[in-house]
Amino acid sequence: MKIKVDFSGGAELLFGNQKHHEVDLPVKDKPWLLGDLLFWLKDNLLQDRPELFLQDNSVRPGILVLVNEIDWELMDTINYEIQLNDSILFISTLHGG
Amino acid sequence: MSESDINKLLTDISNLREQLKEKENNLVKLMSNGCENGSNKYCANLNPEDITRYSRQMLVPEVGIDGQEAINNAKVLVVGAGGLGCPASVYLASAGIGELAIIDYDEVELSNLHRQILHNENDVNKAKVDSAFEKLQSINRRIKIVPLKLHADSTTIKELFKNNTYDVVIDGSDNVATRYLLNDVCVFNKVPLVSGSALQLEGQLTVYNYQGGPCYRCLFPVPPPPETVTSCGDGGVVGPVPGVIGVLEALEAIKIIIKSPGVLSGRLLLFDGSITKFRDVKLRTRNSKCAVCGEEPTITDLIDYEQFCGAAAHDKVINIDILDSTDHINVKELSTKIGKNNCLVIDVRPSLQFQMCRLPNTHNIPLTDLKKPESLDKIRNLINEHNLGENGEVYLLCRRGNDSQRAVTEIKRNMPDVTVKFLNVKDGLHGYAMEIDKSFPVF
Repeated sequence: MKIKVDFSGGAELLFGNQKHHEVDLPVKDKPWLLGDLLFWLKDNLLQDRPELFLQDNSVRPGILVLVNEIDWELMDTINYEIQLNDSILFISTLHGG
Repeated sequence: MSESDINKLLTDISNLREQLKEKENNLVKLMSNGCENGSNKYCANLNPEDITRYSRQMLVPEVGIDGQEAINNAKVLVVGAGGLGCPASVYLASAGIGELAIIDYDEVELSNLHRQILHNENDVNKAKVDSAFEKLQSINRRIKIVPLKLHADSTTIKELFKNNTYDVVIDGSDNVATRYLLNDVCVFNKVPLVSGSALQLEGQLTVYNYQGGPCYRCLFPVPPPPETVTSCGDGGVVGPVPGVIGVLEALEAIKIIIKSPGVLSGRLLLFDGSITKFRDVKLRTRNSKCAVCGEEPTITDLIDYEQFCGAAAHDKVINIDILDSTDHINVKELSTKIGKNNCLVIDVRPSLQFQMCRLPNTHNIPLTDLKKPESLDKIRNLINEHNLGENGEVYLLCRRGNDSQRAVTEIKRNMPDVTVKFLNVKDGLHGYAMEIDKSFPVF
């Protein structure tokens, strides 16, 4: 299943300093949940320091997750069922000024 | 030209500036006589100068007379006179915000000038709020500007809010602790918070605590781990990026004041300057279980935000001391050895910083690479090339003497078999610039 995964705000540093990724998720019996994607990204795309991306079963504090530009809190977070061509964005919040 | 000539000129110029400032102030006083607020025979509520001055924004139907009056009566607090606060306050002052308070504890540095547009070369070492005050007052002498040279912490902010009612607060701060502090005080006082941030080529902007929208804690109940937070001093920032975000912060503040329906609340604007792209994403609603703005808040007064975040409420580096006292060499000792055949200095800064400036005859292996086998091989080779022998010494160097301590620990852990001694160069290149050669650039 093809989806788009983007990282910004510095989260891309954990993923080979690449902001945009065209991802093809392998076929599986059950639907792909956003929670599954987190671990798939950790195992397949993450290059460095998983603790800076994940904490327990979710993203670490300070990272916002957006599904098609909508906060995942409005989309049932890790339980959201990923659809073909979805765009998932991970934003690390900035604090400089 | 000798140093005393330079100093005499600097003093002369400074005195002349003071004289000029005094004369300008007198002139303004004389010219502003008879130019008070309020009605006159030609226009209601606004004086003729204001009509002219603000005409271009008043002509916009969304602003109009009512909007301009609201702006003239508004009181705004800008936190930080830096990369965000400077552009934000320029537009707020020139728009005619009645009272503009600016809080910042810091002094102007040369490395601020590329983005902190209110400050110039003559302001270096001056309080940022004093520098900002002068420029803003010269843009608009019809408004009240309040420079507050204070560190924004629970005590100072509480006091400020006890004595003032702000219509909007602009967050132009540079650290997580201050962001939580401003959020909480704005929730307690029911003030909208315009929050901007910038780093490298990216910026973010939203409005918290506005008409039932989410607050900062609704989005981020738990602060980020301190090691994931990058400051402008480490990561860098391209000037126009905080410029864009700061200007938009001013726009949101004006929109809040004139009651525009389009305020950026419940949405987050992402600006990626590397591809010149704005993205506007939809945020969650207010969290009824939020610790500060929820229905049963557990936080009802300001707390210790540095403790809560595990990080200081500024973006300066805090020096560490993790080695034994025998694991150091000072910059004076280093300067007598450097360049000699058997002197091996490894500079552990990121390679970009090494390219910007470095001491001669030093080798760059960034701290982040010290885990890699090829880096350890490189160190072994360097030790051999320098004929260090069993009791030789390797000196580890960085910007301030902190990462080099981490490097000593890391190398000792990764190379237990090597008998040479790894020593930290105390105070790093900053120390070298201070004590040995002032011409080495400090940043």
